[in-house]
Amino acid sequence: MTKLRVFTATAALLCLTLPVVSTASADTGEVNVYTYRETKLIQPLFDAFTKDTGIKVNVVSASSGLEQRIKAEGTNSPADVLLTVDIGRIDEAVQAGVTQPIKSEAIDKIVPAQYRDPDGHWAGISMRARVIYASKDRVKQNAITYEELADPKWKGKICIRSGQHIYNNGLFAAYTAKHGEAKAEEWLRGVKANLAQKPSGGDREAARDVAAGKCDIGIGNTYYWALMMNNDPEKKPWAEATRVILPTFEGGGTHVNLSGVLLAKHAPNKANGVKLIEWLAGEKAQQMYADSNYEYPVRAGVAVNPTIAGYGKLNADPLPISKIAAGRKAASTLVDKVGFDN
Amino acid sequence: MNRTTRAGRIAAAIAAATAILVAAPVISIIALAMQPAPDVWRHLIDYVLPLTIVDTALLLGGVGALALLIGAGTAWLISLYDFRGRQMLVWLMPLPLAVPTYMAAYVYVDLFEPLGLVHRTLAVWFPLRDVVLALPNLRSLPGAIIVIALVLYPYVYLSARAMFQFQSAEFTEAARTLGANRWSVFWRVSLPMARPALAVGVALVSLETLNDIGASEYLGVRTLTVSIFTTWLNRGSLAGAAQLSCFMLAIVAGLIAVERYGRRNATTEFSAESPRLTRRTLLTGTKGWWTFAACLVPVLFGFFVPLLFLVQQSFKRGLLSNFDMSLWRDAFNSVAFATLATLIALLLGFATILAYRWRPNALRSIAMNISQTGYALPGLVLALGLLTPVLAIDNGLNTLAGWMGRSLPGLIVVGSGAAVVIAYVIRFLAVPTGFIKAGFERIPRDYDDSARAAGAGQATTMRLIHLPLLRPAMLGAVIVVFVDCLKELPATLLLRPMNVETLATSIYQFASRGSFEEGALAALLIIAASIGPVAWLTRFSDMPSGPA
Repeated sequence: MTKLRVFTATAALLCLTLPVVSTASADTGEVNVYTYRETKLIQPLFDAFTKDTGIKVNVVSASSGLEQRIKAEGTNSPADVLLTVDIGRIDEAVQAGVTQPIKSEAIDKIVPAQYRDPDGHWAGISMRARVIYASKDRVKQNAITYEELADPKWKGKICIRSGQHIYNNGLFAAYTAKHGEAKAEEWLRGVKANLAQKPSGGDREAARDVAAGKCDIGIGNTYYWALMMNNDPEKKPWAEATRVILPTFEGGGTHVNLSGVLLAKHAPNKANGVKLIEWLAGEKAQQMYADSNYEYPVRAGVAVNPTIAGYGKLNADPLPISKIAAGRKAASTLVDKVGFDN
Repeated sequence: MNRTTRAGRIAAAIAAATAILVAAPVISIIALAMQPAPDVWRHLIDYVLPLTIVDTALLLGGVGALALLIGAGTAWLISLYDFRGRQMLVWLMPLPLAVPTYMAAYVYVDLFEPLGLVHRTLAVWFPLRDVVLALPNLRSLPGAIIVIALVLYPYVYLSARAMFQFQSAEFTEAARTLGANRWSVFWRVSLPMARPALAVGVALVSLETLNDIGASEYLGVRTLTVSIFTTWLNRGSLAGAAQLSCFMLAIVAGLIAVERYGRRNATTEFSAESPRLTRRTLLTGTKGWWTFAACLVPVLFGFFVPLLFLVQQSFKRGLLSNFDMSLWRDAFNSVAFATLATLIALLLGFATILAYRWRPNALRSIAMNISQTGYALPGLVLALGLLTPVLAIDNGLNTLAGWMGRSLPGLIVVGSGAAVVIAYVIRFLAVPTGFIKAGFERIPRDYDDSARAAGAGQATTMRLIHLPLLRPAMLGAVIVVFVDCLKELPATLLLRPMNVETLATSIYQFASRGSFEEGALAALLIIAASIGPVAWLTRFSDMPSGPA
């Protein structure tokens, strides 16, 4: 029976060593952040915030389901601020009823109306555009439209990740919102017919496949190209073989998506939460977003990173972001319907 | 006989509690599925399911067959033959278990994709464009089958080893005496006798494959699980996703029932008078080398290639020279969660099976089956299902404290990390239950009866007869659960407390930014944390060769 005793002792010991209970404390100089953005990416921002304000930031990050967690936690939820990427995600959190209006004059002043909720539930903090990584050798044109991706001249020349991935879902939703479902379906069939291979991998692989000659154009987000170019010597050749073209919708601009902030409905440290949100829209944080994450700042007057600036001047499509959110389901349906990922 | 009934009651109580524990998240998923999900199914049936089901079936069939071939084949060779290097293989064979599936997918894609190491090497002799066109694309169904099977075969290997080791010499010798050659002994005696164990191993491999999301999506295979997440996240229907999960659960239950029905008449308990172990046949010279090489190949590709890649990346990216100290804390969290969950799962699994063994009845059989359902749900779905019951407890405690006029304790179960341990236990309970059940199926009830006739109570029988005979099965289960817990990602992400990272979530922080190589060091630490217990337990479980 000594074995059993060892077993019990070990179990008891391990129970004691479990991470300390973290409780929701009201305004003790803390703010609790639930985030879909990776902590490694945003921790420097939080560290700077703590340095500026003395407010400690507690973080939990996840890939999905945070709204469900906040909902289940109910009135005892420690969540103050929800950080998320993609308008679809932002919209979901609002629909789930886990947020409250931010009510901040500073935010209303800094963030352009196009990039925040008319009801004040969310505000955009940074932007990224979905663009073309074009082969330097094989693609001669310097401008391209999203509509043109369905042109048979690109047959067998396009590489892209899964059509159901949230980045593509956003782009396709924008297309659907602008042109209607019937046109969008036709376009998706055209793009599908132009693919060099079955959609898979990530945005970096799109550049890689172009570099290897599998296709001529890849579709990816603006910051991936900059990360490969500046932060990853191994992947630099992939970026070097391509150049970024900012595509536009016919008669419109480039598709951009947002990373945004929301204030949790039962935020125990509401004042600190609002303070953090305002700080994230401040000049310092916006500059950090631009420089270390290669994203477009939402605040006017903050310079974009030189690599990103090298893509050319971003002319963001004027379609209200909330319209894109509304088109997501239809876009997802169409992707299945045309067998985009098959 | 008082002692006996007390032990029996305790086992039955634990079995009942276990079934309730596992049923809680499943019931909350079923409750979610009860909500209407208009137009979800029409769409799924029209455009998604026909292809997805075929792809899923091909993936599971392929991975299952390949893992069975590798796992059962190597387990057979190592259990019944002696050759140079065997000792080393005994603890090398299970190591691919330590490599997370998504990590293996990233590594192999990076190696075999255009401009990867393989292409660049070949490009020394051939034009790059020809190489790119000539080599098969790893981001495909066959690619996914090979990569996934290479890291998952140890499930089959470990469960098969536990059986082959105890293969009583009488049977094989009887068959040999009757003129059967080694090959037909394997096909006609050893394999059918090991079937329950192999079925468990293959079932674990299939479920692990089915519930994988990272590797499948990255390799471009659209499984049912991928459809669940698309339905939830892109089509905004959590209810539809829950319904699809239940549909998948039903298919899994059906397949398991078919397998059980298939061997309904087979008796695998052997009532040898003495379970004399088979003497391992010595293989020397070329034969020995070939055997060694055959066993080494899967370890080489399932373990050493990813390992070397991660080591190389760690050096290249200077991850070692600027060692991120927070990784030690993450490693501590990982090991603490995994150890606790493993011990609890082993205890609950053993009690559940024991309760059935001592008094088989319908209720206990149901409890036993329920306790295995956690593995049949994708980790994230399980975590979603767990949110409601776990937080009901947390919120209940707060309400209680409020009534009593005490200050609110906050969310204790989630805030302490207990929710993560609970999720691991529920998710991986199928492993100890499966392994131990298969182990018990090889222990004749005659033993129990003889022990009782000799005056031993149930508890004594368990301690003196069952536990020693179940040792390989239990050790195999411990290895699998511990390493599975270390690798678990989706439930850990959603249920962990604030400011707590594990090694797996730390890899995720890098991988989700598209640069998994930055997480190489965390992946190496998962492997390092796995090697110790794997090596120790497998050595411990290697039975001595039987007498000549």
